[in-house]
Amino acid sequence: MLEQTVTIVSNERDTDQYFRLVVRAPQITPLIQPGQFAHVRILPLKDALLRRPFSIFQVAGDTFSILYKNVGKGTEVLSRMRAGEELSVIAPLGHGFTVPAAGGETPLLVAGGYGMAAMFLLAQRSPQTGIVFVGGRRRVDILCEKDFAAIGWEVRVATEDGSHGEKGLVTQPLLAELKRSAVGRKLFACGPTPMLEAVGKIAEDIAVACELSMDEHMCCGVGTCLTCVIKVKAGDGWEYQRTCTEGPVFDSRSIAWEVAK
Amino acid sequence: MNLSVKIGKLTMQNPVTVASGTFGYGAEYARLIDLNQLGAVTVKGIRLNPVPGNPTPRTAEVTSGMLNAIGLQGPGVDGFIKKYWPFLRELKVPTIINIWGTTVEEYAEVARRFDALGGVGALELNVSCPNIKEGGAQFGTDPKLLAQVVAACRAATTLPLITKMSPNVPSIAPLAKAAEDAGSDALAVTNSFPAMAIDIETRRPKLANLTGGLTGPAIKPIAIKLVWEAAKAVKIPIIGMGGIQNAADAIEFMMAGATAVAVGTANFYEPQTSLFIIAGIRDYMARKQIVDVREVTSSVRV
Repeated sequence: MLEQTVTIVSNERDTDQYFRLVVRAPQITPLIQPGQFAHVRILPLKDALLRRPFSIFQVAGDTFSILYKNVGKGTEVLSRMRAGEELSVIAPLGHGFTVPAAGGETPLLVAGGYGMAAMFLLAQRSPQTGIVFVGGRRRVDILCEKDFAAIGWEVRVATEDGSHGEKGLVTQPLLAELKRSAVGRKLFACGPTPMLEAVGKIAEDIAVACELSMDEHMCCGVGTCLTCVIKVKAGDGWEYQRTCTEGPVFDSRSIAWEVAK
Repeated sequence: MNLSVKIGKLTMQNPVTVASGTFGYGAEYARLIDLNQLGAVTVKGIRLNPVPGNPTPRTAEVTSGMLNAIGLQGPGVDGFIKKYWPFLRELKVPTIINIWGTTVEEYAEVARRFDALGGVGALELNVSCPNIKEGGAQFGTDPKLLAQVVAACRAATTLPLITKMSPNVPSIAPLAKAAEDAGSDALAVTNSFPAMAIDIETRRPKLANLTGGLTGPAIKPIAIKLVWEAAKAVKIPIIGMGGIQNAADAIEFMMAGATAVAVGTANFYEPQTSLFIIAGIRDYMARKQIVDVREVTSSVRV
């Protein structure tokens, strides 16, 4: 991990309230592993002090990008920043996805909304191409279909309002595919917590390996403040582990879902 | 130019440490800042046994600050010694260990254990955490109970004792005096302020604990006044803290009466803050032709 002041290369609207931000960070980019995140201090924010964590989306040369949704005070200000302006970044952070070995499992990726951003590097660096299942409320919530298609991945879409792909939740097409064949496949997921729990349950029922990128409110991003803890199985009980440090990616079998409620 | 200060018999190479609970156990920040540049490393609060901490959400951002209700999650004395002490022991700068308990006896026992460990710089008595049901703040708001805790720890160790004062009292002077009279070598002023925030969309409090402690620049002027009042009440040194973001803030605390300062919430968004502050204090001293940083303490003109 490094802390650096980085320059914005571009910051453009993707669809609706989603934006793609590219920064130049030559010392950080070689270190990035799939599923890791960048902790960004939006310097023009004066009275909102904390950094915002974003999954790292793509790495290209000496730049990396994030894909974010304008949802609050921080991302609103971020969305108005322009090329040439600076951000402070601590990255790469966290324990990411396990990239499948060559000739190993075929990855099935499951994403909800901008959870797609966390999956791209994994797809790109996986020796085997697989299928990415993406879900969202509406057509505009389905992101980066073209990016995955461009690296030869099949994208299966589900929207809750049926405006794009299958109508319903992303877990439906996933379950159908696993029922066809689960052998030699492994799930990787990033998205809202209810989706992650549903994917974890499917993995358990079908006995297929699964890694989940957990989403928990975060503060320091480097393991000191103990804000972002989740309950993880330990011995006969559970313990808190940090999403920023032991995670964000956890083996789905280790999550203590029952205790968490 | 002298930047070193003394907190009891503890010598700090400069007057800047970090606030307990904002810096983990030091090692987490070692890749982002040179810990050996600090005056001391102050670690997160430790009681005798491991503590799971509070449910989530545990923190919330507010205007110019944040709320926290972590609940003093920690590994207990044995866990700390096993997991974190080997790293801290090797640092060139002293470690201040923040300790707490739910009874006077537990405080004393934890103090005894760290006394026996050897190599600890000082103990900071946390009698002011607003986020736990037992222990913490109850000892920090009653002069008699506070005196009991400090006296019991005093009897248990020869390490410098720093009593971390609660801001949640009508007047800090009698409590500061009680800690001094019971044998505390220094005071830390102040801890977080009890506070609350509500999400108006869900009508739910933003913290699972419902309330938490407010920290960050929002509390700085209140903390400055508490340092000023405590400094008038006691002769022992004060470590000032509460929303320090830069050297100007640190100098302001020192002028109000602090001998040293601690950087807290700022670590979370700018891990190098402490180092910027040390450099900034040097610049200020050069500009004002101050040769000894101790001249700044209590130099406010009233």
